[in-house]
Amino acid sequence: MKANVYVTLKQEVLDPQGDAVRRALGALGFDDVKRVRVGKLIEIDLEGADEAAAKEELASMCEKLLANPVIEDFRFELEK
Amino acid sequence: MQIAVIQFPGSNADWDALHAARDVLGADARYVFHKETDLGSPDAVLVPGGFSYGDYLRPGAIAGYSPIVPALRAFAKKGGPILGICNGFQILTELGLLPGALTRNQHLRFECRMVHLRGEAEGAFTHGLAGQVIRVPIAHADGRYQCDAETLKALEGEGRVAFRYCDAQGNVPASPDEVDAEGLRLNPNGSLAHIAGIYDASGRVLGMMPHPERASEALLGSADGFTLFQSLAQHLETAR
Repeated sequence: MKANVYVTLKQEVLDPQGDAVRRALGALGFDDVKRVRVGKLIEIDLEGADEAAAKEELASMCEKLLANPVIEDFRFELEK
Repeated sequence: MQIAVIQFPGSNADWDALHAARDVLGADARYVFHKETDLGSPDAVLVPGGFSYGDYLRPGAIAGYSPIVPALRAFAKKGGPILGICNGFQILTELGLLPGALTRNQHLRFECRMVHLRGEAEGAFTHGLAGQVIRVPIAHADGRYQCDAETLKALEGEGRVAFRYCDAQGNVPASPDEVDAEGLRLNPNGSLAHIAGIYDASGRVLGMMPHPERASEALLGSADGFTLFQSLAQHLETAR
């Protein structure tokens, strides 16, 4: 089973990197870009086949290490 | 006086911390490798700067699961003084020993220069520093202190802000972009409320982005940072 974990900055947390990307896109002529937020995609291969157990495990991984709850949100999806 | 300096893979200010504690302060200071599970019996612990585990995932995130960490937590719990400098501050926030988080500098620059700090809270490392201005170096790309409004209120209300970025006279910036005579931002990273360092609720665990150990003797351009080490010695003396 493969999991995609998305870790993103909370909406209220400033993202200077995203702002820099937005300005660069503007400089390239993409004038309609209003806002950019840069996050992380973490791909994880899991050995088990139990979807419920995998979800529980992934949530625990995110809470313990993959995301910092002070500044980040997380979500994940499973691919079979 | 025994001082432990924790070494992580990627620590690069471990030697600076050991030098300040051992050679300048005269303490019995030694390294403790991150793979050890026992700190020994130090009177204080320094968590040095650097880029532990290459800053992978987030600065300080992976160091938070090192074998030495349970011993560090236990040391904090029994009231032992801990100073986390730069990456050490990031690690202490990741461990939850200090609130908030350090994020990318607002202007996306790695800032490596001298700054002025105004001492505020009294604590194990800052006896006599309230209202004083010290000049110490910074060297970081992820030093913007952030926390939620409730945490900030608690830090301010409980007098736990140890240091704020300021000008040479001790005035905090009137605006986030205020610059000094050389055109350098007084608040180098966009930290919330110009915060450079904070204490935990006990006043014994201090985290700060600037490097006092790199300003521990005149030869290094400033000896102002040594006051933190002297304060620690005084704190341990009175606690004895």
